Amino acid sequence: MIDALLHYPFMQNAFAAGILAAIACGIIGTYVVVKRMVFISGGISHASFGGIGIGYYLTQYISWMTPVYGALIFTLFSALGMGTFIRRTHLSEDTAIGIMWAVGMAIGIIFIGLTPGYTPDLTGYLFGSILTVSKANLIMMGVLDAIIIVTVIMLYKEFLAISFDQDFGTALGLPTQRLYLILLCLIALTVVLLIRVVGIILIIALLTIPSATARQHTHDLKKMMLLSIAFGIIAVLGGLWLSYELDMASGATIILLSAAIFAASTIYTRLRHRKHDDIEEKAQ
Amino acid sequence: MTNMAEEVVKLNNAWVQYDGTTVLENINLSIRRDDFLGLIGPNGGGKTTLLKLILGLIAPSRGEVTILGEPPDKGRKYVGYVPQYSLFDRDFPINVMEVVLTGRLSHAKPFHRYRKADREAAAEALRAVDMLDFKDRQIGMLSGGQQQRVFVARALVGEPKLLLLDEPMSNVDAPMQGEFYELLERLKQRMPIVLVSHDISAVSVYVDKIACLNRKLYYHESKELTPEDLEAAYQCPIQMIAHGVPHRVLKEHTHE
Repeated sequence: MIDALLHYPFMQNAFAAGILAAIACGIIGTYVVVKRMVFISGGISHASFGGIGIGYYLTQYISWMTPVYGALIFTLFSALGMGTFIRRTHLSEDTAIGIMWAVGMAIGIIFIGLTPGYTPDLTGYLFGSILTVSKANLIMMGVLDAIIIVTVIMLYKEFLAISFDQDFGTALGLPTQRLYLILLCLIALTVVLLIRVVGIILIIALLTIPSATARQHTHDLKKMMLLSIAFGIIAVLGGLWLSYELDMASGATIILLSAAIFAASTIYTRLRHRKHDDIEEKAQ
Repeated sequence: MTNMAEEVVKLNNAWVQYDGTTVLENINLSIRRDDFLGLIGPNGGGKTTLLKLILGLIAPSRGEVTILGEPPDKGRKYVGYVPQYSLFDRDFPINVMEVVLTGRLSHAKPFHRYRKADREAAAEALRAVDMLDFKDRQIGMLSGGQQQRVFVARALVGEPKLLLLDEPMSNVDAPMQGEFYELLERLKQRMPIVLVSHDISAVSVYVDKIACLNRKLYYHESKELTPEDLEAAYQCPIQMIAHGVPHRVLKEHTHE
């Protein structure tokens, strides 16, 4: 693996992509977990497949278009659409998300079918293909990371306020609905960042597992972000190494490794608490 | 003649209607500088709607609401609000100081960062509710009564001219409720307080004035409500609600 990393540019790109993805996941995944937006994040990530399909279809007409650019534009719009739709409709939130989730995927399938010629390898988008990340992909991922970091630094207090107590935020006169939509857009950007790394179907895992693990170890939102970036990097790079050594699918290996880390962390936390309780009992 | 300057909140013939249903009907209410007002009424009677009207979260369909002479969206910054206890996530990664600081956001421009003045105001507000020692504690580690004190501090940190509390006792253990009322008693020296509750007997011991709301407002700017008021508001015979009510809530009247 170290050899491969030194000699093969595709391995170096995969490494860089893993780190860039873990940064976005750690920051945005923290909000997804504490604000309980897991289901809408699942909806946004699956709907991104519609953008992949449209982007692929449009490559025949627009020279700069790629499936990933299609996904970027379409996912931002579907995040805004979902955020608005679930407030305006009489449907319950999970029903509305379920509908848009499926519609997004259906649009993707239709447009890919409409595109003449050879059908592309879809499994790369659905299940990830971190080993095929290009320099251009890396630049886009870096830009998206920068947008996410700058936005979160600027709106940290406001995001914290609406995550903890949305009603109070409204009473303060904060534009809670607009802030929520901005947060959904950041989720959309993170989704696009992650498509190459673990694939559409597994994105939700990287948006939740590292942050859920981090939450077991801190009560501070900033520390939770940093810790979940660390857990994300360990999972992505470790999973990449394991998949290389054992010749397994990289996306799935990354997810299973992060779940294993979560399980180990849960057991560790439980044992520590029990020990703590024992000490307190003895002290009494 | 009432002195206009004394009126912190004024509702003038205010109506609220949703989809043709009248939730609040022709409300006239003045809250004055040294009022400690208990607002009671049956569930669904519009108590929370009235608070939202004062906070400018909903607009009256008719009539007028002013806070210190300004419309609610401008006057809102003068109002400290303690919302009805919600089942917030007890594991939420936020400490007491951070919770209180969010109360400063009403004054903040977008992208501003908390300054020394904000932290000092937050410490001051925590001191006022005797919770400064807990400032680094995660919010979920506190008891219900302590959490409620922190939420009062969060309302105070914006330096309000009026304090609105929506069912503040619902999450406070009975032994701690007396202490909480003592806190309100102290705060009353600084600003008018409106306390919403469905529990007539508890409220009536502490507040100075009582209003009863069920679509219409029954209020005589005093601590007295007539049995007729209560009957009209609760739409049931007075014995059912008067039970256990300290006598000073009800106007004394001679039996025939």
